[in-house]
Amino acid sequence: MTDLQNNRLIQTFADLRANGKKTLLPFLTAGYPDSRTTTNMLSEVERRGARICELGVPFSDPIADGPVIQASYTAALDGGFTLAGLFESVREYRATGGPDGGPGGLALLAMVSYSIVYRYGCEKFCADAAAAGFDGLIVPDLPLGQADNFATLAASAGLCNVLLISPTTPQQRRIEIAKASSGFVYFMSVAGITGERTVLPPSTIEAVAELETHTDTPICIGFGISSADMVEEVCGTAEGAIVGSAIIHKINDAVAANAPSRQIVETVGQFVEKLLQPIR
Amino acid sequence: MNDFTDNIPTTSEGYYGDYGGAFVPETLIAALEQLSHEFDAAWADDDFRAEFDRCLREIAGRPSELYFAGRLTEQFGGAKIYLKREDMNHTGAHKINNTLGQALLAKRMGKRRVIAETGAGQHGVATATAAAVFGLECEVYMGTEDIRRQALNVFRMKLLGAKVVPVESGQRTLKDATNEAMRDWMGSVEHTHYILGSVCGPHPFPLMVRQFQRCIGTEARSQMLEVEGRLPDVVVACVGGGSNAAGIFVPMIEDKSVAMVGVEAGGRSLDLGDHAAPLCLGDPGILHGSHSYVLQDADGQTAQVHSVSAGLDYPGVGPEHSYWRDTGRVRYTTCSDDEAIDALMTLCRSEGIIPALESSHAVAEAIKIAPTLKADQIVLVNLSGRGDKDCNEIQEILARREGK
Ligand SMILES: Cc1ncc(COP(=O)(O)O)c(C=O)c1O
Repeated sequence: MTDLQNNRLIQTFADLRANGKKTLLPFLTAGYPDSRTTTNMLSEVERRGARICELGVPFSDPIADGPVIQASYTAALDGGFTLAGLFESVREYRATGGPDGGPGGLALLAMVSYSIVYRYGCEKFCADAAAAGFDGLIVPDLPLGQADNFATLAASAGLCNVLLISPTTPQQRRIEIAKASSGFVYFMSVAGITGERTVLPPSTIEAVAELETHTDTPICIGFGISSADMVEEVCGTAEGAIVGSAIIHKINDAVAANAPSRQIVETVGQFVEKLLQPIR
Repeated sequence: MNDFTDNIPTTSEGYYGDYGGAFVPETLIAALEQLSHEFDAAWADDDFRAEFDRCLREIAGRPSELYFAGRLTEQFGGAKIYLKREDMNHTGAHKINNTLGQALLAKRMGKRRVIAETGAGQHGVATATAAAVFGLECEVYMGTEDIRRQALNVFRMKLLGAKVVPVESGQRTLKDATNEAMRDWMGSVEHTHYILGSVCGPHPFPLMVRQFQRCIGTEARSQMLEVEGRLPDVVVACVGGGSNAAGIFVPMIEDKSVAMVGVEAGGRSLDLGDHAAPLCLGDPGILHGSHSYVLQDADGQTAQVHSVSAGLDYPGVGPEHSYWRDTGRVRYTTCSDDEAIDALMTLCRSEGIIPALESSHAVAEAIKIAPTLKADQIVLVNLSGRGDKDCNEIQEILARREGK
């Protein structure tokens, strides 16, 4: 296993911790509404103060995703999304996507189905993703106990492999997952699919606090977080809040209103800034 | 009832060789583990097995007949053709065997609601029926393209008290209905059991569904011995997800003299997008939680599929079939839309049976094989269902043919 010491995601969390900061992890669908806009959004969210970003890799059959993200995947695929195109966009962002036209500095995660990774070839996928500039992978349909050598493959390529925990996960398994996860632990606030919700079950926060006593790896909460208030609530305990459907929803609205790409990017930037407000 | 011990290399995690597994979101892991545990306990419990047998007898109407298709045999020459009449079951197909088993299990687990995906609507009707029998709430996910093709079954489900949920995503067929059912289950596992309709999906579904369907082969095997004093030379079944095929194959899989043929949907042509034949034309991949042959593009996106038969119109297949394919135990082949329709017409006229379009694929292969064999040899066809549900579709197809 090459060590992940120089991994940007791990370093980012270390840095946040050192400064007593919590973080926001915005989720964007790669290639939605188009790949150029996605690349520009990365630059924009970085400029607005995000440190980490998740890129959802469009899939024809995303069973863990709700209607909003699924529709964005379908739109991206209809628009000609390819893995080669994704890696190219990320390479470009890394080269010149930073706020000043320099290298883009976000820690980048690909949220990608194992169907895609497996078909591409696990080793090759990790190598190509790392070479393009990704720092970690979230493979939501590769739970602990299936193809467990995958984390080793990812680490050899220098990538974190982030595992998820569900409210339905038994206590002992939660600890095992936290131990096996690298970069951070993704705690799903609800059992079910992605989508916006207005309140989080209080048991989620308690469960995360409990788990923090067993692991040093940062824990982030996702699924259903849709407002700055919820980000604040989550970050009272967790080290990060993941916001997906609510951002994609904003993009949908802008796309439906025929907004030009620049304006969509701006809309997302403003929303991300608003979400970051309580944890500045 | 219990014929063979399970000498098939299934590991506790549900692998058949390299195939199978449970590639699902973490949210479903606990539910699948519980299900696996409950199924193992139920299957080993004599009371559960006795109750299941009673349901098969009194509700499904088992055993189904083994029928010698004399006029069909005469017409094609060569081997004798026998039909295992799953079309005679209550609700019209083999699907009822599985839904009765899973509904019993749902009851045993204390779940009050069941959900299902359906393509042809046969599994939906069978689920709705079992739900009515056991007093369970029932919702069935169905693609809008299939709702159009299988209007009669949609009405039957509603009549039986089930709610049919239209699915608009993707190609609006079986795969998309399956996605939607899995999504429902992720948020409802606490009180809901997902009655998956074939030997697909994550462990323990492929194992469980195969066990509930093995009554087909167990009966056929002993009926064959009784009537002919010997086992068939070839067993033929159509393969969508693979449940009727697994059901008739498994109890004879150790009988080395019995050759087995699985028939996939050859559709319009053998170009990607025109058929639904993952075992013949696909590659190993992951779909709906298991590692098995699948039709995908180079990026891992699930390919479009086509079949005249809604029940075979699916890009994946059960993992045990992938294992049988690689080991060579079962030969897999395709049958085109046109060949299936011709076979359907043939069976109507020669035997007075209107088979389901799915089952017609198996009939088409059997009448290809029979003439190549000797008169004292036997071809056994799993006639998985009846064609009433397909009559509208067939009417349209025949009208189009005549118009040409
Ligand atoms: C009559 C009939 N045969 C076959 C099938 C295909 O399923 P399987 O391959 O699981 O038997 C169906 C599915 O709807 C069906 O209705």
